[in-house]
Amino acid sequence: MVEIVVLSGKGGTGKTSLTAAFAHLSYNHIICDLDVDAPDLHLILKPENIRTEAFFAGHKAMIIREKCENCGICQEMCRYGAVSEISGYPFIDQIKCEGCKVCVSFCPSNAIDFCEKQCGNWFQSDTRFGPMIHAQLFAAEENSGRLVALLREKAKETARQKKLDLILSDGPPGIGCPVISSLSGASVAVLVTEPTPSGRHDLERVADLCAHFRIPAGVIINKSDLNMAQADSIGKFCAQQGLTLLGRLPHDPVITHAMINAKAVTEYDQGEFSGRVAEIWNEIEALSGYKSIKLMNDNK
Amino acid sequence: MKVAVASGKGGTGKTMVSASLVSVWRSPVIAMDLDVEEPNLHLFLHPEIKGKRTANMEIPVADESRCSQCGKCAELCQFKAISLMGKIILTYQEMCHGCGGCIAVCPEGALSPGYRELGEILWGRTNYGKFLMGRLRVGEAMSPPLMRQTKIRLTEMTDLNGTDVIIDAPPGVSCPAVNAVMDSDVILLVSEPTPFGLYDMKLAHQAFSQLNKPMAAIINRAGLGTSEMAGYCKSSGLEILAEIPYDRGIAEAYAGGRIIADIDGEFRKLFTGLADKIKSIPEASGRRGVPNG
Amino acid sequence: MGKIAVSCEEPALDSRIDPRFGRAAGFLIVDPDTLEFSYVDNGSSQAMSRGAGIQAAENVFRSGAKIVLTGYVGPKAFQSLSAAGIQIGQNLENMTVRQAIEKFKAGDVDMASSPNRMGHGA
Repeated sequence: MVEIVVLSGKGGTGKTSLTAAFAHLSYNHIICDLDVDAPDLHLILKPENIRTEAFFAGHKAMIIREKCENCGICQEMCRYGAVSEISGYPFIDQIKCEGCKVCVSFCPSNAIDFCEKQCGNWFQSDTRFGPMIHAQLFAAEENSGRLVALLREKAKETARQKKLDLILSDGPPGIGCPVISSLSGASVAVLVTEPTPSGRHDLERVADLCAHFRIPAGVIINKSDLNMAQADSIGKFCAQQGLTLLGRLPHDPVITHAMINAKAVTEYDQGEFSGRVAEIWNEIEALSGYKSIKLMNDNK
Repeated sequence: MKVAVASGKGGTGKTMVSASLVSVWRSPVIAMDLDVEEPNLHLFLHPEIKGKRTANMEIPVADESRCSQCGKCAELCQFKAISLMGKIILTYQEMCHGCGGCIAVCPEGALSPGYRELGEILWGRTNYGKFLMGRLRVGEAMSPPLMRQTKIRLTEMTDLNGTDVIIDAPPGVSCPAVNAVMDSDVILLVSEPTPFGLYDMKLAHQAFSQLNKPMAAIINRAGLGTSEMAGYCKSSGLEILAEIPYDRGIAEAYAGGRIIADIDGEFRKLFTGLADKIKSIPEASGRRGVPNG
Repeated sequence: MGKIAVSCEEPALDSRIDPRFGRAAGFLIVDPDTLEFSYVDNGSSQAMSRGAGIQAAENVFRSGAKIVLTGYVGPKAFQSLSAAGIQIGQNLENMTVRQAIEKFKAGDVDMASSPNRMGHGA
């Protein structure tokens, strides 16, 4: 089974729009939205939900006021500044609580509850391009790295059941916990960048991360005509770092128009831009060793 | 006044707005980059870095000779950072959240504090005032503790009376984003009028609402997509403070590492107007000047 | 010979090997001479998204097994198992528990000297 994860570091580089196009161009796959914090892929794929499951992760500490003897140990020991005093009693700020259980363990009056909490939901769905696994973390929740790992697990399970060979994932932004969770053990990372100082800077950091986890990575330079010199320099960077340059795409509003019409760009428009996206997908397949069977039949 | 510039979706122009605001701010201001996973503000403000320090987190170091294998530490740890395999105690430092519980619970004094590097904190000056940023070590998964330490550094740099702070926050709505905005006085949501932009702004609006702070919207790439954005802002009481037009010139200036407010008088006026509007926002009560770690 | 823990999908000798060590459904603890076995549920590790390998290693350790046969072992699980003196046979996939035991007895399983998978939630 091949697992391709599309990442960008910086947001807004066109990662999700391109993932949707790849989902349109490939076959025999399951699609996975690993950006559980701010998922957008469903806005294009319009999934039909067939299963919803609650996602529980971690615990939260809560003071049981009747038992509290106001000794102050919880406040003293909390490293996260989550315990403050409100009207003479300790109060645990649920947003700051890390769920470490230290206050619970050290409370001499057993006055702190430690309950498991629901952090979001995950969904199994069908889309016009194939099955999809996605999720929505509740507002301001953490543990998205855990949810990412769970989604990948579910995607693999479904792929095995349905005998699918490819997991295509829209990854989270950044380089932190959720990204590490989405990347480790994947077959190939596709890094979507843009020729801006931020795009370049973030590409370097995500590329470092791929190297750290020994994941082969390819790079797409989107909006490459915004700054040709920077785009060329990114091309050079790729060559130096052993990253495959999968292709360049121009700054084209067609990608936004497709999004507004809830279509993958390759589905919405058969013009030059879409042609280039299809060429890039062929490069990705070559890099990952995956070959869409249906695609080969179609092409004769 | 601490102004957090946030966005549900990445790439909506959050850093561009932060940099421009800093450049037109009329009173003393510190530019602070709390997008520690992908800090980018320095790429536009070009600070001269005057100092830096490593941010560490406390992790346990085990002294096997003193360990009595009671297992209390492994039982307490919620993050699987300590495991007792028979008579052998194992610590996995990258799993540790630095709660300190294991060291406190050990009856034998067999665990002592060591450190894991989270990243670095850098500070200096730009043409527009002081500058501060945190940068997460590549491979490090936990950004909130680094953000907390960066905020502590902020309180060392100034007493915050009479100095404003503009915070470039990480995108998204989860833990790191909330951490970045929770000590601010005003939260600005930068978005773009596309389906992705609208959906993510709704998520951010919902997430930050529980902090009970004044919030307002800035629409970037206005005129690009749908008009639903304006409808949402109106119906949910989110004031739109500025609309930045969809303009290839802006995209190119940004790609060249330039501050948008510096392109021409028109854009400068747009951002000075925005800055004035932000300053007139009544702050959440009782927050002003309270340093918060 | 010590008991062998084999990562498996179901509690039976003819269950398929679960190639994932940390996230295996369970372990069959098999006496290689008599083929008598018991089953250790690994649900507690499956439910974790980080630290699953460490948890699974603890589960195996408690079972008293001296050898593990599985597909992939991450670095933390590897460290845990090695520290406890448990030997690891890896790269086993697409076979039953019984076949894995036979392969091991025939001396055809490579005993690992390092983990064969990168860690972190995978």
